[in-house]
Amino acid sequence: MSDMNTAMVERYRNNFLKEVESHVEEGEWVKMCMQCGVCSGSCPLGNAWAHPPQELFMMIRAGKREEVLTSDSMWMCTSCYNCIVRCPRELPITHIMHGLAHYAKRLGLVPKKQPTNEFAEIFWNNMMKKGRVNELKLGLSMYFKDGFSQGIKNALANQKLGQSMMKAKRMNPMEIIGGHGIKNPSELQKIIQKAQEIEDKKLQGAN
Amino acid sequence: MANREYSFYPGCSSQKGATSSNYLTSVQSMCEELDITLNEIPDWNCCAASIGYGSGGVLPRLTLSARNIALSEEHNPGQDIVATCAACWLSTREASERFDQDKQLFAETNEALAEAGLTLKNDAPIKHMAEVLIQDVGYDEIQSKVKKPLEGVKIAGYVGCQTNRPFGIAGESYENPKYLDKLVETLGADAIPEYEKKVQCCGGALAFSEPEKSQEMIKGIIEAAYDNGADMIVTPCPLCQANTEIYQDQINERYGTKFNMPIVYYSTLMSVAFGRSAKDAALDGQVIPAKKLEDIAAK
Repeated sequence: MSDMNTAMVERYRNNFLKEVESHVEEGEWVKMCMQCGVCSGSCPLGNAWAHPPQELFMMIRAGKREEVLTSDSMWMCTSCYNCIVRCPRELPITHIMHGLAHYAKRLGLVPKKQPTNEFAEIFWNNMMKKGRVNELKLGLSMYFKDGFSQGIKNALANQKLGQSMMKAKRMNPMEIIGGHGIKNPSELQKIIQKAQEIEDKKLQGAN
Repeated sequence: MANREYSFYPGCSSQKGATSSNYLTSVQSMCEELDITLNEIPDWNCCAASIGYGSGGVLPRLTLSARNIALSEEHNPGQDIVATCAACWLSTREASERFDQDKQLFAETNEALAEAGLTLKNDAPIKHMAEVLIQDVGYDEIQSKVKKPLEGVKIAGYVGCQTNRPFGIAGESYENPKYLDKLVETLGADAIPEYEKKVQCCGGALAFSEPEKSQEMIKGIIEAAYDNGADMIVTPCPLCQANTEIYQDQINERYGTKFNMPIVYYSTLMSVAFGRSAKDAALDGQVIPAKKLEDIAAK
């Protein structure tokens, strides 16, 4: 998506706030942040963020486009919604973080090997295949995402966990062939493809 | 007493052989005792949970939920939608509210749904099972069904995140929700109102992608339960349940702790208290056995 990134840089020049307002989920709220820092102090993974939410908001306003979009900070969001319910200005912060992460992905700017980005992609593709999540394949894809030998290491490290889940009948090795799904996945895929087309058109057309 | 009927969205993790299949088993037993009929939404799909935002944009993601609501409105007309999974409930309710607030988004999702001949009216209220129990059924009726009070069992009520925020249960605070403790008391067990980790995040989906960071939080949740003298933890969320139960071994290895804390669902407690068997309460689905509940169920 680097072509799209170039196009966006061309289109918005020095106005990154405008770009975020136009293309990032709930981005129009960013200018409402009053820099109190309640979000950053409320985040369960706060210490893992290079730039906590309040800082990201100020960086957006200061036009620090590359620093924001290539940051792995927003990928630290666990979707706990603490920041949303505590924000005195009622900014939908969780959604803005999701939106920044997604927009960075669309533009091809996510840091390589960012694990939550990788998991999110594996999850989405897994779910879209049959319309429902195949947990066994989801777990295995995650173990083997960095190659075969690392995959074997990961699988062995989690062997005990897998065995106890199978014993409790909460993991089914047979999911590897077939598994759960909706009746006609291609119909769901058609719906989502159409939704994607509508969204792409907005991304290309908005200014 | 009137039979209550709902359109039911069980969600991926509740399916046979999946991580919270034990949740569904105990919910079914609980609902039988409460005379609640759950009509499954035919052919429901995944809601994309709280990790769908990475690859899915706003419209594709919300349209996943739009399809489920549309199917419910078509096949279970006039019925409130109820979800047992926190993420399923959150995604579906969030989608419904966004479509209410944004008419363009509503028109666009219908344009996408038309590809499969579906139409979203967006009239059905979206509830979590906890809302059904507290608001529709009520503590008094629940108490009247208790045959085997869970006497002498001390239970930490771990509400977690997504059942509590951003929507939560009406009348409850985000910082100190009390309904789970009240439910525990209603069933004859001892609640721990001062359990300080009741709304602490377990890492959610990041338990897979950032295991060290998540397990540090999970360690705090379990440790606080031990510090408060809990025999077990109860939760309304399938991901909370799985994350806090199945990683205890790995946490023990990493931190030298000796955790062996059973984590159960409210529906597990209710099935046992309502006199159902260990199997009906899905006690065989525990990775860490809930011995005290097994004893009561065997009485």
